[in-house]
Amino acid sequence: MTATITPSTADAPSDGRDGRRSSRPNGGARRRRPKVTAGGMASSVFLWLYAAISIAPLLLMVSNSLRTTQDMATQPLGLPLPPDFTSYQKAWITASFDTYFFNSIFVTVASVLLSTVVSLLAAYAFARTKSKLFTALEGLFLSGLMLPVYLAILPLFFLLDAAGMISNLWGLILVYGALGIPFSTFVLSSFFRQLPIELDEAARLDGAGPFQTFWRVHLPLVKPAIATVVVFRFVPVWNDFFYPLILIRDQDSYTLPVGITRFFGEYQTDWATLFAGLTLATIPLVVLFLLATKQIVSGLTAGMSK
Amino acid sequence: MSAITALKAPRRRGNTGIALSRRAGMVFVLPALILFAVFIAYPLFTALSYSFFGWTGILRGDFVGIENYVTLFTKLPYSEDIPNAFVHNILLFFGAMVFQNTVGLGLATLLHRLTRFKRFFQTMYTLPYLVSPLVIGYLWSLMLSPLFGPVNAVLRGIGLGELAQPWLGNPQTAIWVVVLVTAWQWIGFPVLLYGAALGGIPEEIDEAASLDGASAWQRFRSITLPMLVPAIGTVSVLTFIGAMEAFPIPYALGGSQGNPAGATDVLSLLFYRTAFESGSSNAIGTSSAIATLLFLFIFGISMLITMLLRRAERKLF
Repeated sequence: MTATITPSTADAPSDGRDGRRSSRPNGGARRRRPKVTAGGMASSVFLWLYAAISIAPLLLMVSNSLRTTQDMATQPLGLPLPPDFTSYQKAWITASFDTYFFNSIFVTVASVLLSTVVSLLAAYAFARTKSKLFTALEGLFLSGLMLPVYLAILPLFFLLDAAGMISNLWGLILVYGALGIPFSTFVLSSFFRQLPIELDEAARLDGAGPFQTFWRVHLPLVKPAIATVVVFRFVPVWNDFFYPLILIRDQDSYTLPVGITRFFGEYQTDWATLFAGLTLATIPLVVLFLLATKQIVSGLTAGMSK
Repeated sequence: MSAITALKAPRRRGNTGIALSRRAGMVFVLPALILFAVFIAYPLFTALSYSFFGWTGILRGDFVGIENYVTLFTKLPYSEDIPNAFVHNILLFFGAMVFQNTVGLGLATLLHRLTRFKRFFQTMYTLPYLVSPLVIGYLWSLMLSPLFGPVNAVLRGIGLGELAQPWLGNPQTAIWVVVLVTAWQWIGFPVLLYGAALGGIPEEIDEAASLDGASAWQRFRSITLPMLVPAIGTVSVLTFIGAMEAFPIPYALGGSQGNPAGATDVLSLLFYRTAFESGSSNAIGTSSAIATLLFLFIFGISMLITMLLRRAERKLF
């Protein structure tokens, strides 16, 4: 263990010092009645300062997208007053961001749907069977969590090429659908396992077949897990750059990340449009995050509760 | 963002039981199995086999054994590019580890004590992590632009004008930009994960130690830190995988060539370049050898970290 833990233990004193600064006076004040102390001040300064470091570049991106390029050249830092929306119009129409945007939406929605549906079925089977075969299959799927599967891009390229699916959004959807299986089955099967087996027995006594039991009884009960899986697969698929860079050769089928790359080559000096393009690619994620903070937090920390 | 903290097989406990026959179970698993087999398992095995053949364009030639691997270490440009890129991946790993386990752990510890604004801060810290790494890379390339970039403007504005420089044009600073931007983007994850782990530590232990006269630092050192070992381990494994797979941020900051002069090159870029941009007739053989080595390295080391971690956990609890 020493080899891996040592670096982090060695790092710890520096943040431990921060912890001590804030906790000692607070500990003295007995936690319930926080007093304004030097330590408390220092910790809130640190929290706010880092919040600024974390968010400032993103705010700058939005703010600069509302300014003109000349304005930015004469004054690198400035507020978008009055806001100018022409860069969005340019990015959306002239730079074909409308095409990229809708391609991204289509690919993301379809592939998340695909991986969630097949993973729901598989996860249910993993939770409701006991045999070596299924244990082995589950282990196989789980191994996908740790394997750098993107390195197998060449055979994948040839496979899709042979099927005439290069530059085809459906090809991308199938690939992302498969890539979503390891994470989705992992989260969903641990949820199905928490449901009592008596549910199945009762359903069977009422004459329900396996699929009816799954559809009518279990599915409604695992809704929170479905939400986590959907939200949590949406982000990497929306953001992925590697697969479309290689598998999509036709401009009309570009998804946003590849579109952005092309766009950066063409509009290198048009800063306002560049910032607008980056903002457009980010908006859906921010909306999703604000709508589903809970699912994102629980997805990121999945497995920690055990 | 393949952030999966789940590295252990789920424990079978509670209500697991048999409710499906083997045949019915198979029907349920089949769609996922087909997708997985065709688009993940088959390409992985095939990719491995590619590296043992000589290739002419897309035509597979004779079985050549380990010749492609020998090429990687003896022939230019590979024999220079590989160590160069590898060092950058390792820098990325250590840079991100240091940043996450100092600033990240510090932020999580402070947030844990907070009652107001906790969600707000969590959201602020996590947002960059969710944004596309490619967008993040391009955003920083604009911010660090030598003439009109806001970063240099701020430096000049606060009287540190002599520090202003072409951050991405200078081979000395370019790789550190990649490291810092990556670490900056990733920090939301450890903040959340360490936060969840801190929330799982029973307060009674801390209170008991405090009644026994342990100082805050002693309590952090002897209670909090050991309890965080699983979380730190998870962060280490995922940071390792992420650092070795780094692609979009270096691509956005230095292009597929790892500009300037290979200063921001990483292994995935090298693989991509060799496979799709090299124009060498044996591109497939050579790039598959790179992919196989990288694959074995990532998988091997992450298994090793996981194994050591489990042993440490057994010792601790």
